[in-house]
Amino acid sequence: MKTKTTQQLEQQLKRHSKAAKLEIWGRTVSLTALLLIVAVVVAIIGFVASKGIATFTSNHVNLWDFLTGKSWNPNITDANGKPEVGALPMIVGSFLITILSAIVATPFAIGTAVFMNEISPNKGAKILQPVTELLVGIPSVVYGFIGLSVVVPTTRAIFGGSGFGILSGTCVLFVMILPTVTSMSADALKSVPRYYREASLALGATQWQTIYKVVLRAATPGLMTAVVFGMARAFGEALAVQMVIGNAALMPNSLVSPSSTLTSVLTTGIGNTVMGSLQNNALWSLALVLLLMSLVFNLIIRLIGRKGRLQ
Amino acid sequence: MFINNDVTKATTMQERHVVQPHEAGHPIILSTEDLHVFYGKKEALFEGDLQFGSNQITALIGPSGSGKSTYLRSLNRMNDRIATVTGKIMYRGVDINQPGIDVYEMRRRVGMVFQRPNPFAKSIYDNIAFALRLRGTTDKYALDEVVETSLKQAALWDQVKDDLNKSALALSGGQAQRLCIARAIAVKPDILLLDEPASALDPVSTSQLEDTLLDLKQHYTIIIVTHNMQQAARISEYTAFFNQGRVLEYDTTSQIFTNPQVQVTSDYVSGNFG
Ligand SMILES: Nc1ncnc2c1ncn2[C@@H]1O[C@H](COP(=O)(O)OP(=O)(O)OP(=O)(O)O)[C@@H](O)[C@H]1O
Ligand SMILES: [Mg+2]
Repeated sequence: MKTKTTQQLEQQLKRHSKAAKLEIWGRTVSLTALLLIVAVVVAIIGFVASKGIATFTSNHVNLWDFLTGKSWNPNITDANGKPEVGALPMIVGSFLITILSAIVATPFAIGTAVFMNEISPNKGAKILQPVTELLVGIPSVVYGFIGLSVVVPTTRAIFGGSGFGILSGTCVLFVMILPTVTSMSADALKSVPRYYREASLALGATQWQTIYKVVLRAATPGLMTAVVFGMARAFGEALAVQMVIGNAALMPNSLVSPSSTLTSVLTTGIGNTVMGSLQNNALWSLALVLLLMSLVFNLIIRLIGRKGRLQ
Repeated sequence: MFINNDVTKATTMQERHVVQPHEAGHPIILSTEDLHVFYGKKEALFEGDLQFGSNQITALIGPSGSGKSTYLRSLNRMNDRIATVTGKIMYRGVDINQPGIDVYEMRRRVGMVFQRPNPFAKSIYDNIAFALRLRGTTDKYALDEVVETSLKQAALWDQVKDDLNKSALALSGGQAQRLCIARAIAVKPDILLLDEPASALDPVSTSQLEDTLLDLKQHYTIIIVTHNMQQAARISEYTAFFNQGRVLEYDTTSQIFTNPQVQVTSDYVSGNFG
């Protein structure tokens, strides 16, 4: 008698109910989606890597020469019969423009975020939030066009020369990354618990002291993430930069001389080369550098995030 | 008209019963007169007329949402940007609820500890030195001394004296709360406001905290919000009972707990409330 009910119970518990079946089904679907995405990402990285490495394997370019060479002219071979594929001007250009735009954008972004979040939350929510979201949505070609018709002539008027160069690029990128950095900084400030502020105020700190000594300190990992995120965006931006930088693959000897970045050389060059040729492979190598740098930026963001959580 | 059968009781009990403290040696240090608090248009405190004797512990009790925190936070103007507070808050003869008051200076004299232990993500030392540094104290010896005395007064010194440079976030809940007390008393305030400081603590930490408060009474006037009736009975001299935004009864703690004059208080302290 007893054993029979136990058996029944066991049967009931072991029977796959509808809910259990549904759960298995759901899990399968999401796992498949996940695997698909992983496969795509791996494929992209693999593809870029295999193409980018060809410069060094089939065209026998020295990796060190590639990274430190100062002249970029894949169509020409130098006195030793080696192709001129020195990527240093573009690497320097990319880093310079990224760092400069981040340096200019950070104080503005944090200032705006502080205003939105700490000083006037009502106005912040009503005006600045929608404005930032709007700015994020503007396509980069529009930024590039404005840069071309406003920033470049202004630079030309002030500094002479053509007006194309790192400075103009920095100005355009500054405006482009500002909304992203601002809204991420605002999120970072928002995530500082209210009781931190209350504790500080209750100890007799003024609002500025509270912002400066407590809120910004506590939000530092988030703010750093925001800045690095902006840098990643600046580093990867192609179109707008290409429109204002001048696209001369030369070492930038001043901020107002025409130069180029990894992305600008890629966008201008990739349509004009034949697959499998050295010229084409060299561009893929630039793409590989770009990809690796993006991965590094991602890694930095993750590291900061982890450190922030440990605190 | 009473729709109550127990007419005798209903008529003998009062609607409201307030006896302000009047003990020799404990002059009134803080009092509120006709205090009203509005959150937007909603009135959350209808009248808070209480007086507090110096070096005494006063407990504020009452059901959830009755306005205890609202009242307490008004006392050091923590409600400034959140609510409208009208009426007078007399601190040693000065109305601190008037526009000309420097709230930052005032909060140095009227400190506050919150329900949830909220140490900053800094070292133990830096937490306690925070308020002094804000006021420009940089002298290492002066800071060292304040850190030590504050931690001793908060009964935390022996546990953390070797870890002063460790993060305050590594402390247990009870330790963190005592750190917050140490941080609040580092600027030597006159009055210490505590909003349910023990509600997140285990019984042992709670009783340690109560001992600490009893010690601190020598130096500070303490006003504490608590949901724990035994706690109020154990540590306070006076108790105010809040209900629906009003102080219904205020008297010595023993009166409130053994001989309440208002029906609602009686129900509340005997656990028959609601
Ligand atoms: N920031 C606020 N904005 C609007 N209304 C509030 C705010 N804080 C409190 N209130 C309202 O004021 C009334 C009193 O709240 P208060 O926090 O003072 O109660 P309390 O007695 O401290 O309750 P508890 O015991 O739950 O802490 C409640 O009706 C509450 O909803
Ligand atoms: Mg409360």
